[in-house]
Amino acid sequence: MSDRIEFRFSGSGGQGLILAGIILADAAAIYENKNAVQTQSYGPEARGGSSKSEVIISDKPIEYPKATKVDYMVSLTQESFNKYINDVNDNGIVIADKELVTDLSKAKGKLFAIDMVKSAREELGKLLGLNIIALGVLVELSGVVSHESIEKALMKRVPKGFEDYNKKALEIGFRLGKEIKNNK
Amino acid sequence: MSKDIKLMQGNEAIAEGAVIAGCDFFAGYPITPSSEVAEILSNKLPKLGKVFLQMEDEIAALGAVLGAALGGAKAITASSGPGISLKQEHIGYASMCEIPCVIINVMRGGPSTGLPTLPAQSDIMQARWGTHGDHAIIAITPSGVNESLYETIRAFNLAVKYRTPVMLLTDEIIGHMREKVVIPSKDELEIIDVKLPDVPAEKYNPYNFTSGKVTPLAPMGEGYRYHVTGLIHGETGFPSQKIDVIQNAENWLIDKIYKNIKDIEKFEEFMLEDAEILIVAYGSTSRSARQAIMMARAAGIKVGMFRPITIWPFPEEQILNLSKKIKKILVPEMNMGQVILEVQRNSCGAKVYGLNIVNGEPITPDQIFSKIKDVSQL
Repeated sequence: MSDRIEFRFSGSGGQGLILAGIILADAAAIYENKNAVQTQSYGPEARGGSSKSEVIISDKPIEYPKATKVDYMVSLTQESFNKYINDVNDNGIVIADKELVTDLSKAKGKLFAIDMVKSAREELGKLLGLNIIALGVLVELSGVVSHESIEKALMKRVPKGFEDYNKKALEIGFRLGKEIKNNK
Repeated sequence: MSKDIKLMQGNEAIAEGAVIAGCDFFAGYPITPSSEVAEILSNKLPKLGKVFLQMEDEIAALGAVLGAALGGAKAITASSGPGISLKQEHIGYASMCEIPCVIINVMRGGPSTGLPTLPAQSDIMQARWGTHGDHAIIAITPSGVNESLYETIRAFNLAVKYRTPVMLLTDEIIGHMREKVVIPSKDELEIIDVKLPDVPAEKYNPYNFTSGKVTPLAPMGEGYRYHVTGLIHGETGFPSQKIDVIQNAENWLIDKIYKNIKDIEKFEEFMLEDAEILIVAYGSTSRSARQAIMMARAAGIKVGMFRPITIWPFPEEQILNLSKKIKKILVPEMNMGQVILEVQRNSCGAKVYGLNIVNGEPITPDQIFSKIKDVSQL
C-alpha cells in the first residue's frame, strides 16, 4: 500500500457525503487496523452549498489531515466538481454522476461519468443511498479496504430496518466500480 | 486486556476525556465549531446522574460552571471565538476567586463572527490576556484527536490542583476531524479529585496564600464557611485594601502557576539533535510542520521542531536554551503572529521568522517546506 491514499467525496450539504467518509475511515482504522483521518469542509449554510468529506488512509502516521493530491474523487454536483477537482492527481480517478455533473470541461485525472443516480432510481426506487453507492464505487476501484470491512463499518451506522437497503446500495456501487475496472 | 480503540471526532474526544476525568457538570451555549462537545455531553452526563445545562448565553454558562465548581463539581464549558469573548469577565472572576474550571475553545477564524466553519489559531493571546487585570492562566494546545482526550483529562487535573481556569485550545480541524483514539481505562490514569481541606472547618481559610501551597477549595455546603468575591481579598476571602494584602494576593495568582511551571509544562521535541533550523509549532499546524520537516530532511536541510503542548505558561526556558544552539527559528501559525512574539521575547541571538496564513485553510506541509527553503538561504 502506498504511504498515503487520499479520497474526496464532494457534493452538496445533505447528500450524506460526510457519513460516507466516516464509514470509509472507520473500515480502514478499526476493521483493518490502518491509520485513517477523516475531515470535512462546508460553509455556514445548514443545507446546500458545496461540501466535501476527505479520508486519508495510510500504513504510516498521518500528519497533514486534508487531501492535497487526491487519488480518488467522487462528485455528486456540478458545483463541487468544478470547485474541488483542481487538486486531483494526474493519475487520480474521478467519478462523476452522469446526470448530476454534465459539464466535464474542467476534467482532470482519469474521469469516469457513471450512472449512480439512474441505478439508485431504478434499483433502489429512490435516491436515498446515493452516498453509499458512491462509497461502494470508490472501495471497489481502490481496493483500499475489503468488502467485508466496509460492510461492517456501514452496518454500524445504519438505522435499524435499513440494513438490506444499504447493503443493496453498496452492492450497486461495487458493481459500477467493477464495470469501470473492466472498461479501463 | 485488548485496547479499546475508536474512530472519534476531536470534539467527541474532549467529551469522552471529560467523562473519564470525572466531570460532574457542563454548562454552555452552542456555537460552531464546538457544539459537538455540548451535544455529546448532553447525552452522556445525565445518564451518569450528572448535570448538563444549556444556558441563555455564554456569560451565564461560565457563571453556572463557576457556581457548580464552588459546590465541589468538576465543571466544564465549551465554546469558540465569539463565545469566548463573552466569557472573559467570568474567566477573570475564576482567576481571582481561584475556582477550578475547564474552558474549551475550538478556535475558528475571527474577529467577531468571522469564519464559523473554518479553523484559526488566533485566540492564543486572548487565552493569556483576554480578561483584564494581572493573572496567570494555564492553556493547552493538543494537536490531534487522541491528544485532545488525554489533555482534557490533564486540564481537569491542573484546574483542581491549582484552583485555576484551564483553557484547552483546539481548532476547527482538530475539533471536527476523526482519527483513532485509544480509550484509556481509569486505573491507568492519574485523576486528581476535589478534596476536602485538611483543617477543621472553623480554621479553614480558602485563600491561604502565604503558605505557598494551594489550599483545596472546600465545596459549599460541607460546613466550611467562607466569602467569595471578585474584589481583592485576604486569606479569609473578605475584601481588603491593605497594601501588603493586595501585593500578596497579586503575587499569589502569578506565583502559584509560574513557581510550579515544571509540573505544568509539557512539550515534545522532534529531530532537534542536529537541527540548524528550529520550528516552533503547536496544535494542528504542528502536524504540517512535522511533515514539512521530513520533506526538508529528504532535501538535506536539517530542521527540527519544538512543540509546546502547554502553551501557557509559555516554555520560556526551553526556547531560550534552544535559541542558544539553533540560530534560525521559524514559527508557522494560523494567525497574523502571536506565539512568534513569545519566541522573539525569549530567544537569544537567533533570527525568528514567521509564516502566517489565515485564509481559512490549514497551513500545508508544502507551504512550510517552501518557507524552510527560504529561511535556509538567509
